[in-house]
Amino acid sequence: MSETTPIITAREMGVVGCRRCTQVWPQGTEICGRCGKRLQLRDHKSLQRVWAWWSVGMLCYIPANMYPMLSTRTLFTVQQDTIVGGAIELFTHGAPFVAMIILFASVVIPLGKFFAIAYLAISVQRRSAASFGQRHLLYEVVEYIGRWSMIDIFVVAILSSLVQLRSLAAIDPGPASLFFALSVIFTMLSAQSFDSRMIWDMQSRDKGEASRGH
Amino acid sequence: MTDRLPPRPLPDLIVCPQCDATYKLARPGHGQRAVCARCHTVLIMPHSKAGIQIIAVSVAIVVLVIAATVFPFLTIKVAGTQNSVSILDAALAFSDGPLIALSLSTAALIIFIPLLRVLLALYVLIPVVLDRMPAKGSRRAFRLSEALRPWSMAEIFAIGCAVALVKITDLADVTFGPAFWMFAILVVLVVAQDNFMCRWTVWKSLDGLRKSEPRK
Repeated sequence: MSETTPIITAREMGVVGCRRCTQVWPQGTEICGRCGKRLQLRDHKSLQRVWAWWSVGMLCYIPANMYPMLSTRTLFTVQQDTIVGGAIELFTHGAPFVAMIILFASVVIPLGKFFAIAYLAISVQRRSAASFGQRHLLYEVVEYIGRWSMIDIFVVAILSSLVQLRSLAAIDPGPASLFFALSVIFTMLSAQSFDSRMIWDMQSRDKGEASRGH
Repeated sequence: MTDRLPPRPLPDLIVCPQCDATYKLARPGHGQRAVCARCHTVLIMPHSKAGIQIIAVSVAIVVLVIAATVFPFLTIKVAGTQNSVSILDAALAFSDGPLIALSLSTAALIIFIPLLRVLLALYVLIPVVLDRMPAKGSRRAFRLSEALRPWSMAEIFAIGCAVALVKITDLADVTFGPAFWMFAILVVLVVAQDNFMCRWTVWKSLDGLRKSEPRK
């Protein structure tokens, strides 16, 4: 709010803030009287949950890329496409822009998210070259962008309900769609488990040690 | 009366939920916003007459969701054969075997969760705007609505539609049904409703409930 005064954290002030409704309570209060959320100065089990969801999400992402996402049946042929295979198909058939969207939403974003969450979880335990602000921004981007990976699932849903033209042509979802959706959901839960206050704790510690910035 | 007094809140302070920075509470005026100086999270952003506007938009959303779910959404035509689908059909596309779970969650993500969140918002906000006592269980209702926030994916489904349309327009003729346009408006309203609501103000207005409702 005010820019000039140095930041004091709730921990240093001996209070604890509710993460849901921002009401402030004395330290030691267990449950927020306003919204009923459990109050924790720091969520110490946060990283365990982050890594647990992260691992399950990663495990689901592997079959999501190996099994077919869509099977397209036309009069004479049945074609099964994986995520990457389908995008390459689109690219060669003159829709490079859509291919890029699909590749971005289903490959670049999920992989980037796995790396970003892992990096954040590791960086709160040791020093990092990136500034606190940059890491917080990364966390917000991961939180915001995570849901958008569901695009591919919705595209499959629309295509496979719309293109049902009896003998002429039909598009059906493949098993990869289930694994991909699960992977997106698990990585969202992983990102939600991360206690972003931990990013800033190192800053308070630096201040305490009165170390010089470089 | 008892030895142990319940803990007292500190109403003059506000803590950033994202980075734990603590500030002296200064309520911004209408149209202004209070932003955390360290991590730039928006803490408070009151709008004048926000309550009544959110209620109006919410009612519109409820009507549109119901209409958009039932009416035909897209129609495809190839060589005389045609197929029309509603949004519910699209959501329930994964219907065989284990994929049924995916069908149900897709339907939830694009229809039922956005609808439920709007209904919860109406339940919480209507008594507040009318200056009545908050409805019974308001805090639980708003809590649920907040917990469901990341899982409301109507706007992502809209982009999914665009991608799917580009994918098949050169294979077949696609025409838009009435539900398509309703859904387009719906997405804008859902996003607007969500971004216009100041969480802090809502929690603050539910504060008065504490005396009448026993603490859990």
